[in-house]
Amino acid sequence: MERSQFTRQAANMRKTLFEQGYLDDQFIQLEELQDDANPEFVEEVVKLFYSDSARFIRNLESSMEKNTLDFDKLDDLMHQFKGSSSGIGAKKVKKECSQFQDYCKARNAEGCIRTFQQVKQEYATLKRKLETYFQLTRQES
Amino acid sequence: MNLGGGQLVKSMAVPSSSASWKSGGDGVSDQFPAGLRVLVVDDDPTCLRILEKMLKNCLYEVTKCNRAEIALKLLRDNRNGYDIVISDVHMPDMDGFKLLEQVGLEMDLPVIMMSADDSKNVVMKGVTHGACDYLIKPVRIEALKNIWQHVVRKRKHEWKEKDYEQSGSVEDGERQQKPNEDVDYSSSANEGNWKNSKKRKDDEEDQEEKDDSSTLKKPRVVWSVELHQQFVAAVNQLGIDKAVPKKILELMNVPGLTRENVASHLQKYRLYLRRVSGVSQHQNGLNNSFMGTPDATFGSMSSINGLDFQALAATGQIPAQSLASLQAAAIGRPTSKPTISMPVVDQRNLFSFEPHKLRFGEGQQQLNGSTKQISLLHGIPTNMEPKQLASLNQSAQTFGGINMQVSSQASQGNTLLMQMTQPMSRAPMLNENNASQISRLPSSVGQAILSNGIPSGVLGRNGIVDSVRGPVYTPVSQTSSLVDFSVSNSAELPGSTFPHASNSGISSLTPKGMMQEEVNSEGKGSRGFPSSYDIFSELQQHKTQDWGLQNVGSTFDGTQHSSIQGSLEGGQNNPPNFGQQFSSYMVDNSLRIKSERHPDANCQTNLFPQQFGQDDLMSALLKQEGIGSVESDFGFDGYALDL
Repeated sequence: MERSQFTRQAANMRKTLFEQGYLDDQFIQLEELQDDANPEFVEEVVKLFYSDSARFIRNLESSMEKNTLDFDKLDDLMHQFKGSSSGIGAKKVKKECSQFQDYCKARNAEGCIRTFQQVKQEYATLKRKLETYFQLTRQES
Repeated sequence: MNLGGGQLVKSMAVPSSSASWKSGGDGVSDQFPAGLRVLVVDDDPTCLRILEKMLKNCLYEVTKCNRAEIALKLLRDNRNGYDIVISDVHMPDMDGFKLLEQVGLEMDLPVIMMSADDSKNVVMKGVTHGACDYLIKPVRIEALKNIWQHVVRKRKHEWKEKDYEQSGSVEDGERQQKPNEDVDYSSSANEGNWKNSKKRKDDEEDQEEKDDSSTLKKPRVVWSVELHQQFVAAVNQLGIDKAVPKKILELMNVPGLTRENVASHLQKYRLYLRRVSGVSQHQNGLNNSFMGTPDATFGSMSSINGLDFQALAATGQIPAQSLASLQAAAIGRPTSKPTISMPVVDQRNLFSFEPHKLRFGEGQQQLNGSTKQISLLHGIPTNMEPKQLASLNQSAQTFGGINMQVSSQASQGNTLLMQMTQPMSRAPMLNENNASQISRLPSSVGQAILSNGIPSGVLGRNGIVDSVRGPVYTPVSQTSSLVDFSVSNSAELPGSTFPHASNSGISSLTPKGMMQEEVNSEGKGSRGFPSSYDIFSELQQHKTQDWGLQNVGSTFDGTQHSSIQGSLEGGQNNPPNFGQQFSSYMVDNSLRIKSERHPDANCQTNLFPQQFGQDDLMSALLKQEGIGSVESDFGFDGYALDL
């Protein structure tokens, strides 16, 4: 996608997302993959991510509802979710995932529960921002 | 050039990587690496999509799939349709490492592993399983741009062997350069591997030996089950340490096969053995292979058995004739010369055409066969189905051979292998289907058995050597007494390769039901032996499988027949575990093999008058178990070893 096609708004928002740590270099990798053959590749992938990763959130939630947490299982689920998030460059989400995994390894239930909330928050926040961002990129300058 | 499913549409002008490569000079077409046919496997759709796009941007031909099973199917259906495979480590339906192994063995393609996990042990696992590279997610396109080097490296490696005389230093120079080119993301492991493999090749092959069949273009050799069996037989005959491609090639005597083919296959085989001994957790793999489709393997089993047996015999451990006679005697049939003539049959490549059939799968088969005979092996969780039994019977001969093979392999592979595999094998072998069975197996027993049994039981050369005179099984003999039942029946010498009716003897002994169980369990047991795959397949086919079963049984029979085990332990002759296994195994299977298996660690027992030993063993076992004489239970004289 050529930068010139970005509206100034889109460009600004993009810059902010990077500066504020919501996105990392992997997002740029996706952008670089976008071409004429796949003009909306980035958006396509982000949408794919959000629709697919919903199952991880659900699984994690149900697993965390139990009285005793199966830390290994949680760790494993989060590992997969993290891998997926890292694919689109979701930097903050990834960071919370790592934190969660650390708590799992430490068998810290409270830490897991707390961090999981943060994971979900960052996940939702990023989704909103990217939706806005993509709308902006569709606008003609 | 987006390929869907399993379709291969070569949109590039490079039909096959190898075809366009030349040994000398540049060796690759101008378009290369464009058109490289990549199969990418990942259960995460987001990652899969990203990878697909990245690979396409690198001008590769991409086929994506989200399940390992599908990937294997694609690879098998299009044997020469892909140049390289990229797979995620963590997948729900199959462990990525298992897929890696399968691909390496069956298709001999370079496989790159991927994971978000960058911890050292996981990366190491990739290395030990033969991955040519390991990428950390999220993967960058730069990392993918250079994956072609793995394909080139592999090809060059194979070519080198073939074109040794032709290109000589030129190729060396090239090869050296090639891997280093554009190596931005290549892991150091790769280079290391390359060098190591190259070095290994040099060491292995005679420098002056020139393969006359070398051609610039190396047609891929498909290592069918038969071919692999021959290969393994030859390797066993020479001894794993002494098996050099040239000699293996000579022994195999397969027209059209080149030393390079053999060398590269040998390399993989060694890697496999090493890996199996080192990776105890590869249960899944073992499981599958072991439990694999018994049917298919059955047929081949026999051949394998025969082969193995022969190989074993050839190795010098057991004079072929003696072996044959032993078997024959055991079976009550005229000595048949152990010949590898056993139709290798459809046995797929030992390397498991199907994931399940991998080596271990064969073991399973064996079990089936043995189950028939071994009905005594109640405990043995056998996945064997009745049909398996049928096939087993036929393959009884092979069974024996298999055992031998297993033994030899086991011995070769080292007890360690056995031991290591044991825990693993047990689990996997026991099954995929019968988890419960596995649990039956006292872990200690299993382990002990493995260590004990294998070296000795496995008719290991040692054991065999000593007992050459007598039934080969003596090593196993302790437990073998149990097996006797089968022995008499199956009498099939591995060499004899042909399903002896003698199995019937055994089968009659063991209640059918038991046999089935045993079969399974045997199969399981075989898991313990990485090398046992050959044997297993044979086992299934023939009664001789009993032999194999014995080995196998030793591993897990023990668990299965707790009762027997108990008695065995009382027996003391055999390493408790081992004996147990055998006993249980033996009892069930009455495989002669069992007797061979003699849990004796030193296999010395071997040839003890089998019947004698077996009897004692059997009685001991039975008594403890309260089973009474085996005969009574099974309706036949347990010590029927006709040896």
